[in-house]
Amino acid sequence: MLAYIVRRLFIAVPTLVVVSAIIFVIIQLPPGDYLTTHIAELQSQGEAADSGKIEFLRKQYGLDQPLWKQYGFWVLGMLQGDFGYSFEYDLPVSDVVGDRLWLSLLLNFSTVIFIWVMAFPIGFYSATHQYSWGDHGLTFLGFLGLATPNFLLALVLMYVLQVEFGISIGGLMDPQYAEQPMSWAKAVSIAEHLIVPVTVIGTAGTAGMIRRLRANLLDELQKQYVVTGRAKGLPNLRLLLKYPVRMSLNPFIADIGNMLPQIVSGSAVVSMVMSLPTTGPMLIDALRSQDMYLAGSFLMFLSLLTVIGMLLSDLALALLDPRIRLGGRAQR
Amino acid sequence: MNNRPEHFVDTAPWDPHTTEALTPEQERYYLATQWQLMWWKLKRHKLAVASGVVLLLLYASVLISEFLAPYNLHSRNIRHIHAPPQTVHFFHDGAFVGPFVYGYSRSLDLTQLRRVYVEDPEKIYPLRFLCRGDSYRFWGLFEADLHLVCPADRDGATLFLLGTDRLGRDVLSRIIYGARISLTVGLFGIAISFALGIVIGGLAGYYGGWVDSISQRIIEIVRSFPELPLWMALSAALPVTWSPVLVFFGITIILGLLDWTGLARAVRSKLLALREEDFCTAAQLMGARPGRIIGRHLLPGFASHLIASATLSIPGMILGETALSYLGLGLRPPVTSWGVLLAEAQNMNVVTLYPWLMLPVVPVVVTVLAFNFLGDGLRDAADPYK
Repeated sequence: MLAYIVRRLFIAVPTLVVVSAIIFVIIQLPPGDYLTTHIAELQSQGEAADSGKIEFLRKQYGLDQPLWKQYGFWVLGMLQGDFGYSFEYDLPVSDVVGDRLWLSLLLNFSTVIFIWVMAFPIGFYSATHQYSWGDHGLTFLGFLGLATPNFLLALVLMYVLQVEFGISIGGLMDPQYAEQPMSWAKAVSIAEHLIVPVTVIGTAGTAGMIRRLRANLLDELQKQYVVTGRAKGLPNLRLLLKYPVRMSLNPFIADIGNMLPQIVSGSAVVSMVMSLPTTGPMLIDALRSQDMYLAGSFLMFLSLLTVIGMLLSDLALALLDPRIRLGGRAQR
Repeated sequence: MNNRPEHFVDTAPWDPHTTEALTPEQERYYLATQWQLMWWKLKRHKLAVASGVVLLLLYASVLISEFLAPYNLHSRNIRHIHAPPQTVHFFHDGAFVGPFVYGYSRSLDLTQLRRVYVEDPEKIYPLRFLCRGDSYRFWGLFEADLHLVCPADRDGATLFLLGTDRLGRDVLSRIIYGARISLTVGLFGIAISFALGIVIGGLAGYYGGWVDSISQRIIEIVRSFPELPLWMALSAALPVTWSPVLVFFGITIILGLLDWTGLARAVRSKLLALREEDFCTAAQLMGARPGRIIGRHLLPGFASHLIASATLSIPGMILGETALSYLGLGLRPPVTSWGVLLAEAQNMNVVTLYPWLMLPVVPVVVTVLAFNFLGDGLRDAADPYK
């Protein structure tokens, strides 16, 4: 087990290094930097840019250094908790970002839980009642969930809830709690506001998970040991839960790793539509205004989230399944 | 004395097949090529066939969008801004008139500051079929003005079956034109990801060793990116000065750049198994070069699987383009895709006041579902010997 963990960590660290390099290149891709954009803006307003100040800023942020040096500063800074400086907000990135990272984490984590809670009973039912009306109906619903762009689903759900039920669900909490410290009432408010985004982000993932669980369970149900169990008269539910369900649980853990990038993507878009105070809306603004360190930190954070999530899911899988500890690789 | 019967030899030629005669059906089955078998198997999958037909129709419509759409892509009707859909009626006051729509009577609601359109039963506008309407340059080649259906030939007659947008443009026509971009984005993207996936997966699977480990690492890294934020970052990096066509190609390349990993993995694992087969060794001994062995001997062995998985990854690209354009980071007007159309429905107000602006989502859902069902059918049919 230890050997497996070490090997897995050895893969994760270089992955993060390469990921950070790619992100740095991408945020450098647009021609010019924030200062040139800024100067152009000032000039279009008829103001002359103070060349002394520009020069000072350029030096201050290391924009005059060669690229590889800028990258080095950025990565070293991040390791020490300094995420750079946001030009747009004129604040250190960590101050701008603030709670958003935690709320993003909360949102994504809740979505994973939602997927598990929804997919298990539905997948179980679909497999044990193969080709029944319930199975067909649920499969069709799942496909529909896969096919609908989730930003539109968010919009429609928001509309229905607001018009039919009078529940306002913009944001992640009722406005009066925004400035308050954490309390029970605030937690309840956040939980209420999480329902719609989590449902919307989770639909596609749930549909995929249901299909995989159903397929796996169907494979197991045809095996001899199930027939033996039935033949010796085990109660049906007990037989199912004890053997085949356990066998087909692997994808539950393994797929979360594969699904995380999808969940993170989904939450970014849905947050924008629903104006949730997570990383999504700010990322898009930062990308538009070439606020490179802010955008870079967000991208880095999202990738870190996925890499760590995949790592955790691989480790959990190894804990669960001795074959993987030996073979070293998750079965897809 | 010879009691034994004489040794008898039949002079007629002996056909060994008579011992186990094949019925014509069996013969047809045994002699069929792999592709024929796949086709037969696919045909039994009703949903997949139906989806295939739907997709064929959709792609065929792309060729004649100008003819199918009642209006041109950019023709504006400034007297009908945000007009609701007109329904087709057949009977007026109990009498059969044939297909027609009622005209609008428009008034201004000064408390809500919006235009209110009501069907006016006085104005009956029968539809015209195969008629002359807006003129267009068909395929940019020659002038034409033939449309499948047009509004009545009368002053003020309109035909907005799905309503109009904030500039008074017909939503139905724009959806029909939008199919051109939305449907081809997926195809171009998949072509790029196919090329990347086959080359990288092929090299990794055929050579193994360090080539394999490096490509596996690359795949792992690409997969650990959350797709959409990265797409957003990349398309934000596309220069603003690019023409819409260049942006279109830029977006397809971006979509393809992140998608090839699944395909590369599939190619690799198949090749790892196949390269141990005798026919591969034989080809090597005869001096065939790696490119030829992979392309001529190994790939055809699982081409059907590749096609199936490609079909299954097109919908992701269509949805990706839709999301990007919706956020304003993808295609920009005047290029019109379904995502660009949906960008009109940015907030709750639109959903409340002008719900028909969300209709472009219908073709998106239909296309994505059709690709998924067809892909499922193809995957089942991909291995006809099972």
